Amino acid sequence: MNLVLHIALTHVISRVRQTLVGVMGIATGVGCSIMMAGLMEGSQIDFIRQLVDSIPHVSVSDEKRDPSVQPSERHFASVQFHNLSSETERRGFKNPYAVLADLEEWLPGAVTPSVQTKALLRSGTRDTAASLIGIDPHREAHVSKLATQMKAGTLDSLFKASNAVILGDTLAERLGVGVGSSITLMATSGAPILARIVGLSHSGIRQIDDNQAVTLIKTAQVLAGKTALLNEFRIRVDDVMSSRDIAARVEKQTGYKAVSWQEAHEDILSAFQIRNVIMFMVVGAILLVASFGTYNIISTITHEKARDIAIMKSLGLREQTVRRIFVLESAIIGVIGIFFGWLLGYALCIIMGLIEFKSFMTDMTHLPILYSPRHYAIAGGVALASSLLAGFLPARKAASVQPVEIIRGAS
Amino acid sequence: MTTPLIETKNVTRTLAGAVPVTLVKNIDFAVQSGEFIAITGPSGSGKSSLMYLLGLLDVPSEGDVILLGESTRSLDENRRAALRLANIGFVFQFHFLLPEFTVLDNVMLPMQALGRLTTAEQRARASALLASLGLANHINKRPEQLSGGERQRVAIARALANEPALILADEPTGNLDTAASEQVITILKDIAGSDQRSVIIVTHDLSLAARANRRVNIIDGQIDSKIVSKN
Repeated sequence: MNLVLHIALTHVISRVRQTLVGVMGIATGVGCSIMMAGLMEGSQIDFIRQLVDSIPHVSVSDEKRDPSVQPSERHFASVQFHNLSSETERRGFKNPYAVLADLEEWLPGAVTPSVQTKALLRSGTRDTAASLIGIDPHREAHVSKLATQMKAGTLDSLFKASNAVILGDTLAERLGVGVGSSITLMATSGAPILARIVGLSHSGIRQIDDNQAVTLIKTAQVLAGKTALLNEFRIRVDDVMSSRDIAARVEKQTGYKAVSWQEAHEDILSAFQIRNVIMFMVVGAILLVASFGTYNIISTITHEKARDIAIMKSLGLREQTVRRIFVLESAIIGVIGIFFGWLLGYALCIIMGLIEFKSFMTDMTHLPILYSPRHYAIAGGVALASSLLAGFLPARKAASVQPVEIIRGAS
Repeated sequence: MTTPLIETKNVTRTLAGAVPVTLVKNIDFAVQSGEFIAITGPSGSGKSSLMYLLGLLDVPSEGDVILLGESTRSLDENRRAALRLANIGFVFQFHFLLPEFTVLDNVMLPMQALGRLTTAEQRARASALLASLGLANHINKRPEQLSGGERQRVAIARALANEPALILADEPTGNLDTAASEQVITILKDIAGSDQRSVIIVTHDLSLAARANRRVNIIDGQIDSKIVSKN
């Protein structure tokens, strides 16, 4: 056996208690890091998955990102006008089906036109504002998971009654209505209409379930008082993460404002980013603390072994060889600790995944855990690096010992 | 005249500090192959310091130590370690065996570090050395399971592991009873006599020194010219 490995293994094996303490420190650090990373990233991915399943990946509205220049400004740029009425622009897309056809030519996914408006829902004495979407049920299945999120009724139920509406389940609960009930829908323009509830949806995202009403396009147009109105294209893309790029291309092509799901929920994604930074800092701190244990053990061993180091050097072992011995000891403790840390992390993830949990934002019942080899690799890599560093510092000091000083003192 | 195995040329060793301490001063001394030399002197006279300089464990403040015709003054620590490993064997007053390793492992360690022999050859050579020193039945024991004399014999076997030209022994019998001391001195003398290795022992025991071919007495860090005797 190689000399360095032989001596390092002998030291590690002959100091069982110290080795165990070091191994347990690293195993705990690695295990907790894996559990934390799995939990944090799992909950994040679960939330995003539910989010992107419930909303269009890209939403194109009939607005412009930069407000239109007023006629007065076009003609009299050097003069500023105040309190002028803006040029009246007709709401909705111009030639929506031509725009739709252009998009369908290249879009990697599906697109559907819809009507998006705000509405007041009234049932008896209860009023509540909601976001009302007029959809084509046949095309809707290609752009959202609404069809699979139906708690009662189906999307096709919209065809079964005039002025049919599907409500988010918590919205219906607030209004105290159910399937078969009638409610009054009112928009800022257009006449109020009496609608019949034909279904209830449940996305799992509180913000949607509490705020969304779905009708046929025609019903929404009647409600808005504009019979040909189409003011939103809802796009679902094959690669969710490419939504931002696709939104930019759509916006450039059509001139209309296209908002990806990332842009629409920038605040949540920013919060996740901050959360991830905090997570990695905490994980780093855990592993750093574990490496202090290794540092302490290797320091103790090198201190106790000062005489042996002096003897080895007097026999002719070089500084590098002595240094390698103690760095290798640290690596052995680190590798064993990482192995047990992986097992511990996996076990903790399973246990955490079994815990029942309710969130006010989503309707998950258990903590979502992400099992990713990346977490194991990162935790193992950081633990090994910190173990090597923790071993290197005392090893360097030990290797620089002048043997004659120790031997003189011991004689 | 043959080239000395090792020689010191006007070697002085001074420890720096607020009050510098001179350990040895102006030592001129040469050792030929096969010599068995005793360095004697009272405690604190500089015997051990001279041995550390001869063993390349310490660096002279002035002068030079020449080993096998090579000046060692300007060598770095790695080169000095390599010279020690191949050419010098140490036996200390305390056996200084590595406690977690078996007797066999302790003797094999310098051979492993030198790397000239295969593991099987190392094992065979270490076993043979231990057998020649009467330790054949102890090769798998740990140092703590041996008597003082046995441990010191293991240390001698370790010093001989790489067949060095020079053995340096610092008070090798200092912790042993009379019988064990006699055994150790006999072994060291045999090594010098039969293998043409040079053996230098540091001792304050004049009866042991009398067994050497030559005695060099150190007083206050300098060779006492009155007592540089050939026995």
